[in-house]
Amino acid sequence: MKILIKDGLLIDPSTNREEICDLSIHGNRIESIRKKGGFESEKFDTTIDADGLWVVPGLIDLHVHFREPGFEKKETVESGSKASVLGGYTTVCCMPNTVPVNDTAIVTSYILEKSREINLARVLPIGAVSKGSLGKELAPLTELREAGCIAFSDDGEPIYDSGLMRRALEWCKMLGAVISCHEEDKCLTRGGAMNESPVSARLGLPGMPTVAEDVMVARDIELARYTKCRVHICHVSTARSLELIRRAKYDGIDITCEVTPHHLHLTDEDVGEYDTKSKMSPPLRSEEDVIALREGLREGTIDAIASDHAPHDHDTKCVEFCKASFGIIGLQTNLPLILDFVRDRTISAMRAIDILSTGPAKVFGINGGTLKEGALADIAILDPDKEWIFGSDQIVSKSKNSPFIGKSMKGVAEHVIVDGSIKVSDGALYAEKIKR
Amino acid sequence: MAKHLLGLENFTKAELVNYLDNAEGFVEVSSREIKKVPSLRGKTIVNLFLEPSTRTRTSFEIAAKRLSADTINISGSDSSVNKGENLLDTTQTLEALAASVLVLRHRESGAHRFLATHLKNTSIVNAGDGTHEHPTQGLIDCLTLRQIYGDRFYGGLTIAIVGDVLHSRVARSNIFAHRLLGNKIRLVGPPTLLPDYYVEKSAFDYPNLTVHHSLKDGIEGVDAIIALRMQLERQDGFFVPSLKEYSKNFCLTENIIKATCPKAVLLHPGPVNRGVEVASDVAYGTRSYVNRQVTIGIAVRMAVLFLLTSGTKEKLTTVNES
Repeated sequence: MKILIKDGLLIDPSTNREEICDLSIHGNRIESIRKKGGFESEKFDTTIDADGLWVVPGLIDLHVHFREPGFEKKETVESGSKASVLGGYTTVCCMPNTVPVNDTAIVTSYILEKSREINLARVLPIGAVSKGSLGKELAPLTELREAGCIAFSDDGEPIYDSGLMRRALEWCKMLGAVISCHEEDKCLTRGGAMNESPVSARLGLPGMPTVAEDVMVARDIELARYTKCRVHICHVSTARSLELIRRAKYDGIDITCEVTPHHLHLTDEDVGEYDTKSKMSPPLRSEEDVIALREGLREGTIDAIASDHAPHDHDTKCVEFCKASFGIIGLQTNLPLILDFVRDRTISAMRAIDILSTGPAKVFGINGGTLKEGALADIAILDPDKEWIFGSDQIVSKSKNSPFIGKSMKGVAEHVIVDGSIKVSDGALYAEKIKR
Repeated sequence: MAKHLLGLENFTKAELVNYLDNAEGFVEVSSREIKKVPSLRGKTIVNLFLEPSTRTRTSFEIAAKRLSADTINISGSDSSVNKGENLLDTTQTLEALAASVLVLRHRESGAHRFLATHLKNTSIVNAGDGTHEHPTQGLIDCLTLRQIYGDRFYGGLTIAIVGDVLHSRVARSNIFAHRLLGNKIRLVGPPTLLPDYYVEKSAFDYPNLTVHHSLKDGIEGVDAIIALRMQLERQDGFFVPSLKEYSKNFCLTENIIKATCPKAVLLHPGPVNRGVEVASDVAYGTRSYVNRQVTIGIAVRMAVLFLLTSGTKEKLTTVNES
């Protein structure tokens, strides 16, 4: 299959290229890029008119929860993959907190097998650092890596044992894999349900203080310094954590970090009157934190945007606030929420694509995030200004837990190509479109 | 649509005063030989207390009975919540059983607000939600102070709220009420149970609220002290090294009150831990209105049940319509 994408604005952070070009795909590779009008469209099986659109490397999400195996009523690899490609994502990395935990090659293979069967986005499993993510014994890291784990994490279960963390870092460095850390000292957040702040004071809700995140970030920076291993910090949510990471980078420590769109957009005031759709971990923070994160986005401390896409069904969210599950979905709203920062001139279009694709590819060493000739044809074609309303009927995830439902969005993935084949066309799943 | 009493936070001053005026009327009813009026005949009132409580539950039950309502008490161990049913389903079952009012105590902050969005015909009365609000106790404290201080109650008082403010629903309901009235509020307690950020605008948005970590400074010259109950289990979360440590710093003794605010009255929502937050001689001494609060409590709860079920006798604007 030969595909031509013509007249689009190519934005490729990996080559710092931003110009209107035509791009040809042959098989699963990007064949060549020429000046506008440089190809004869008759020679292609399919031509995509990208006039007025952005042609960018497919988006990459380092942090999603697809709940399979174990919680298939919340999400599956299939429903999550649909949400991914519709959101412009060609690669997503799924966290191991399934049942059973992804701490054996069998679970890893199961997820990869499902993903191949569904054949939409590339779903790359993240293996557990410790057995059962219990923080007591190391998981079979080599076995997991060989089975296809892209990185390691005990997401949601912080690794308290610094000795275990140290050895895990050293082992993973040998394997060429990164450890992604959910930073939370649960002795400090015990029982907490939202940011500890004047807002929690008013609502009478138990608080999760920022320092619970900061102390763990500080420890892992020191472990990264000592072991000379790379640490990746998940969903940074506090001004202080970001500052610690900024200084660590300045000191030459090998550290990267991600931030979620919701922590860039919402504050603890958005908890409103106990709205469980605004409950996640880390929690929505104060305005000062949000301002600091936006600054990190602008000046470059933040390496990647990650959704922490965390589907939870109605039954686990339609309860008292403290009882509700932590987490919100994000795959279908990440792109417009980040493009908001291009529109308000916080960041350039190039920087936006960098943190949505090229940056995350670098963090985990994922094959992608580039439009170089010869690279894998994982491509998203975006309409950055198209307006739409995020209605719950548009959600293809099995769960509808998002604080952005009903909100007006700007920017959408019109066409998405994974491995040289079209998955999304005119904003709809291609397979369903041709069925009609 | 059913009217609810979820908290005092969204009250207007007129609503607050209306509740207090009605309660005052029921104080009179409670002083009669025959304390029963037929106002709520035919109404069913369910007391669902999912946290232990004796005085509040009994007070609500007496209030309902004096209004001639039928009352049903369900405690945590009797309810289906114990069988794993979720709170919303339990509540909707009670609504289907045609309960007019559901008086609910629940350990989660915001539980009542959550339920109120789902109920159409049953009124919810918040008898305490986690560490958030306890509006009837707030009303009791207000009426007690109004009876003592008359016109000064409307903005002329300085009130110290002493103790475990962090976990106190009584404190929050009082803050919201006295914010409406314009009274000065001093929050007093150790930093572990009273963080400094309580003074910030985004907390209570009230410039007349201050935070004090010294008992002496906090109660200096106040007109009233609302002592909060010190929960015995707080030492588990390291909030206090021990109850003895707490009382060394914050126990309200006659000596310290006499030296700092000799004219102050003492309120306490009960039950009192004698010698922990209040010395025995103060708790039931001459400056104490603790027993008076209990008596007023019945009248306040009669007013609440009456106003929620009997509609708008005295032009009640909006009682947290939802």
